[in-house]
Amino acid sequence: MAIRLATQRRPPERAQEGAPVALRLLGVTIAVFALIPLISLVQHAATVDPDVALGQLFRPRMAMLLGHTFGLMVTCVAASIVLSLACAWLVVRTDLPLRGLWHVLLTAPLAVPAFVNGFGWVSLTHAVEGYAGASMVVTLSYFPLVYLPVTAALRGLDPVHEELAGTLGLSRTQTFLRVVLPQLRPAVLGGSLLVALHMLSEFGALKMLRFPTFTTAIYDQFNTSFNGAAAHMTASVLVLVCFVVLLVELRLRGRRRYAPTSSGTPRVAARLELGRARLVALLLPGAVTALALGVPIYSLLRWVSIGTSTGRGSEDLLPTALATIVFALVGALLAVALALPVSVLVVRHASRTSTLIERSTYTANALPGIVIALALITFTIRYVPGLYQTAPVLVAAYLIMFLSRAVVSVRSSLEQAPPVLENVARSLGLSRMAATWRVTVPIVLPGIGAGAALVFIAICTELTATLLLAPIETQTLATRFWSLSGGLQYGAAAPFALLMIGLAMPAVYLLSRTPGRKS
Amino acid sequence: MTVLRTSSLTRSFGSVRALDGVDLEIADGAVLAVLGPSGCGKTTLLRVIAGFLSGDAGEVSLGDRVVLSDGRARVSTKHRNIGYVPQEGALFPHLDVAANITFGLSRRERRAGDVADLLALLELDPSLASRYPHELSGGQQQRVAVARALARKPSLLLLDEPFSSLDASLRESTGRAVMRAVQARGAAALLVTHDQNEALSLADSVGVMQAGKVVQVGPPIEVYAHPATPFVASFVGAGTVLSATVADRVAHTPIGDFDVAEDVGSGPAQVFARPEQVRIVEDSKVVATVRGFDFHGHDATVHLGVDGHPEVLCRVGGDELPTIGDEVRILTHGRVTVYPA
Repeated sequence: MAIRLATQRRPPERAQEGAPVALRLLGVTIAVFALIPLISLVQHAATVDPDVALGQLFRPRMAMLLGHTFGLMVTCVAASIVLSLACAWLVVRTDLPLRGLWHVLLTAPLAVPAFVNGFGWVSLTHAVEGYAGASMVVTLSYFPLVYLPVTAALRGLDPVHEELAGTLGLSRTQTFLRVVLPQLRPAVLGGSLLVALHMLSEFGALKMLRFPTFTTAIYDQFNTSFNGAAAHMTASVLVLVCFVVLLVELRLRGRRRYAPTSSGTPRVAARLELGRARLVALLLPGAVTALALGVPIYSLLRWVSIGTSTGRGSEDLLPTALATIVFALVGALLAVALALPVSVLVVRHASRTSTLIERSTYTANALPGIVIALALITFTIRYVPGLYQTAPVLVAAYLIMFLSRAVVSVRSSLEQAPPVLENVARSLGLSRMAATWRVTVPIVLPGIGAGAALVFIAICTELTATLLLAPIETQTLATRFWSLSGGLQYGAAAPFALLMIGLAMPAVYLLSRTPGRKS
Repeated sequence: MTVLRTSSLTRSFGSVRALDGVDLEIADGAVLAVLGPSGCGKTTLLRVIAGFLSGDAGEVSLGDRVVLSDGRARVSTKHRNIGYVPQEGALFPHLDVAANITFGLSRRERRAGDVADLLALLELDPSLASRYPHELSGGQQQRVAVARALARKPSLLLLDEPFSSLDASLRESTGRAVMRAVQARGAAALLVTHDQNEALSLADSVGVMQAGKVVQVGPPIEVYAHPATPFVASFVGAGTVLSATVADRVAHTPIGDFDVAEDVGSGPAQVFARPEQVRIVEDSKVVATVRGFDFHGHDATVHLGVDGHPEVLCRVGGDELPTIGDEVRILTHGRVTVYPA
């Protein structure tokens, strides 16, 4: 779930040979493909009668949705930052018992889709419905997106700056506020952006918790009243909100570079001995884990046992799981296949065009799944009606949504394999093909695998676009869970959710092991 | 009045004794260089004095305050009134030069001219105040780091190999500028380094450390001319260990005779001769073969083979180089320190 937006500028590279025409054409095609939702949305917005649009925009309901969405976003981002900073500090900088375990447990909520978390809570108590409950559940689902980069950044900090602050008369608290926090800023901002964007696209959890925001409004407008125009209008506003969030983050991040100013081998910071407070400190990660993991998993297990005791099994569990895995595999392989030419263009043939192609694959990050689904529906109905509600369109939606995850992984691994290595191999007597095969491929392979795994998991747990785009007879784990829980068949629904968590867990564990790159 | 006193300071890491009973003193306004090979414990010493580490046993006093006793820190770093300059400066990357310099000053303590004064003190251009660390050269970063440490008028400045990352050409000028600034502020300084040139040229006194112990402390000239052990002798400069027989305050060696500094009786011994104590002359009884030389431009160190001593070092002017393989005659002079054989 770690989407990274490429905002850093690459250092100027030496003149490179231009990319082969075929590769460039392929890149442009992929870029256009990735831009379909945005193009379709703009196209639609341009054809709307301004008077109608204004009438729809300035309704009390729109103001209510804006208020809800913004309120939830600000609360979730703020809560995620506070929670992540406290947990990361305890895990990285103190002698908290079982730090390694806590780190994995604090990452693990990423394996529980937010709508499953919402279900877990709401099926136990209706007290979580509404603003406060929604804020809590969404925060518990997405705070690891801040926690992970902050932990990595905190690990990478050279403690020399904190020691210096001590000699300059600062107390521990002052040192944290004036020395540590500013250096964590890029990590906090990056993570907060992800939380904000995920929150803006969140649909399932908010629907479960009966808290109307843009996404649930779009879904209702489209699905119950078949009001395509209204849905599109609301979607356009949502996209605007997303872009505002992106701009705000870019602005806050600024142009400042944090160049290393101390020697290359930072010491490991001494851990603060908590003493008697150790046991009290355990309460924080303990409570977070209990709320984010314990409650949903307990709730699911409880429903499974109730479900089996009442004899209503889930016969379609296996076929549904199989269908989901097939979709996820196809999507993952295609995503990697599309990510390769894009990455080769960016890494080996850097140019303005290459950068534009790469960036175009990131735009979907700012587009909620429901918006992408809506745009693809409009697009297929208009241009290829035969494909409407077929598997290829669903896979296309997956690709557009998750291509950036594959690109990030593949690109960074390709950067580990500079062309000079291939040149060396060729100087040692290998052919061009053999050099690529024996040098570049082995270096890049882990990155490709990681990218594929990330896309696989994302597809396994995708709900919104699948609900809107899946062929009538096709069910995935997420949609089947959704329809069963919507029909109050909680016992039958729970095994589907547990299976999704099981599928996502291994990759999330791997995510917690990766030492984060320094921002 | 002493600024710093450590007595019997001990600290181990596992089975390694990083500090093994260290006794040191720095007088008001003085500069002490602690010199030693890497791993000798000099950085541990500095970190214990700064309060980043506690000790196992011993005492540290800053001025009239005992800041560490029985190995336990009694005063936190914050209240020790010290300045600290680590390797490569470690400026705060998120702050500009002015904010770095005034970092440790509370709002009340800041004065308008502070930054400009300190920049001038370190011989830096005032326009640097608004620059960020990554826009400065290595030497400038280091000077700003010193300015930041001096801003709070510490009584003692701790310098942890602060010039080792600089080019040789910058190292000297930066070092001198820093020492002038320290002196102007009336601070004392503890300079930890493994570079004997730096230690000998910048400090008022030099302490040589080996395996957690201070082997010798004294003025640079003293340590260079009368090293306490052969280790100190070879660490503070080049030279030759010679076997000798001492009688009547004269050490007789295979390459000639030396005066002996103090009366040590007579018998077999070892002495250490600096290259400049051996001269190539026209007329002498001792014959040596030129094996090779290290040319430094202004002068050169010649490696000579003498009967019984395959490698004797001798300094000659850069324009007086002998040819390799030549036979030359050598004469010794000056005083040496005598070590047990």
